[in-house]
Amino acid sequence: MSKASLQFENVSFSYENGHEEKEILNTLSFDVQNGEFVSIIGPSGSGKSTIFKLITGLNQPANGEIFINETNYSNRLGKVGYMPQQDLLMPWRTIIENAALPLEIQGMKKREAYDKVRELLVEFGLNGVEHKYPSELSGGMKQRISFLRTVLSGSNVLLLDEPFSSLDAITRLSMQEWLLTQWQKLKLSILFITHDVDEALFLSDRIFVFTESPVRKFVEVNVPLERPREIRDIHTPAVIEVKEQLIEQLRMGSTQ
Amino acid sequence: MKRWNSYFAPFILIFSFFVSWQVVAMIIAMPFILPTPLQVIAKVWDLKDILFLVHLPATLMIIVTGLALSIILGVGLAVWMNLSKTAEKAFYPILVSSQTIPIIALAPIFVLWFGYSIWSKVAVTLLITFFPITVSTFDGLRSSSKELKELLLTMGASKRDIFFKLNVPTALPYFYSGLKVAVTLSVIGAAIGEWLGAQSGLGYFSRRMMTQFDGAGVFAPIVLLSAVGISLFLAVVVLEKITLKWRKSE
Ligand SMILES: Nc1ncnc2c1ncn2[C@@H]1O[C@H](COP(=O)(O)OP(=O)(O)OP(=O)(O)O)[C@@H](O)[C@H]1O
Ligand SMILES: [Mg+2]
Repeated sequence: MSKASLQFENVSFSYENGHEEKEILNTLSFDVQNGEFVSIIGPSGSGKSTIFKLITGLNQPANGEIFINETNYSNRLGKVGYMPQQDLLMPWRTIIENAALPLEIQGMKKREAYDKVRELLVEFGLNGVEHKYPSELSGGMKQRISFLRTVLSGSNVLLLDEPFSSLDAITRLSMQEWLLTQWQKLKLSILFITHDVDEALFLSDRIFVFTESPVRKFVEVNVPLERPREIRDIHTPAVIEVKEQLIEQLRMGSTQ
Repeated sequence: MKRWNSYFAPFILIFSFFVSWQVVAMIIAMPFILPTPLQVIAKVWDLKDILFLVHLPATLMIIVTGLALSIILGVGLAVWMNLSKTAEKAFYPILVSSQTIPIIALAPIFVLWFGYSIWSKVAVTLLITFFPITVSTFDGLRSSSKELKELLLTMGASKRDIFFKLNVPTALPYFYSGLKVAVTLSVIGAAIGEWLGAQSGLGYFSRRMMTQFDGAGVFAPIVLLSAVGISLFLAVVVLEKITLKWRKSE
């Protein structure tokens, strides 16, 4: 019996801007199972990042409940690993200092934290950069460090908000393959936001699609692919069918 | 080579300035009004004992004390205004309006309060350097990235974590900018303070020479004052380079 790493139960949320109220979620329910890779796609401004802000605890739902590893925490801050869209490395900290940030905040001793970071740097194939500053690294490298920092939060649940959208196609592909390796090795549950249908198909077990605003229910799509995958697998007829279906739904959603 | 080039232009400019000054002063030939640069240098040499052993230390004492107080109070107030909206609303307008008070006009009051002790001059220095330090530090603390703050929160950071790991490093370059302005102003502050009433100090000495119509004697302590200002400025630049290593790689 697999357990749910993440569960939304009838969650509603609106932004209030002065007098105006913008409803984003209306009694939305979904779950992500332990060890599952789930992508969220949807038009710009539909509320994808808002879902992450609710999970991390930066925002509170107006109604409904959010469970992380089957627990309804009163304060969710610090309970999941969150990787924002920009790499958001601190320019004044070296790579090792940046990556150690979540450990430092958890109160770990500096030396112990650095040892742990070094171990992971080697594992991620990133050794030799620990004393560089972020401005000295390429975009792909920075995203890797940012991911490493997210992993070091220690949570089994990671939220990745369009992590690869600023990378070129080749770097992006190698990052996707790299991410899948790390995901399998570390047995993580990942919720992944993207604009790119191919990316979602290549990476995910399931895809959630925003088709309405405010959203009551995601359209859910299972990706008909085994693991391990290769990039050319997304050109098999079964996948292409799913892709066409997805694009159709997205188009409908954005013309509403 | 590149380094040399960047110093070349200002060097030429300053050199030609001194040459023209020398020529003009020699044509006018009234050294009690306009001494030549060479006469000023000779004067510095003549008076080296009293200038370097009596008046320079007195002025440095004022500058260092004034700057130290200014940093402590300015940074303290900036932090307080950053932590409390009420403090910001209360102090910010006062801070800005304090800059519209002509400090030279206020300085005699300090003499009234503190007499001819060092504190009347320290007060002038403090008043003149407090503003750039406070405002730049406050702006720096305020300018930290909202996204980074949210990221830290999602890691479970406390208010204290956010202050020390985000706000302080963000504010540091701003603080240095404020400090650079402040150290140059501190020299002016100390000199003004000494003009108004003192028994020693470079500003006091310059004024005393004026009453004796000793043109070169007026300029000699000013040369030292300006050297102090430049040295303090360079000291801040060096400190900045050491503590903000990451900026070099940008
Ligand atoms: N702090 C806020 N206050 C008010 N409205 C907001 C706020 N943040 C987001 N919104 C609005 O809520 C909607 C959803 O925003 P969100 O950032 O979740 O979209 P998104 O799906 O992540 O979009 P994108 O793909 O462009 O990143 C948008 O219309 C946005 O304008
Ligand atoms: Mg977004």
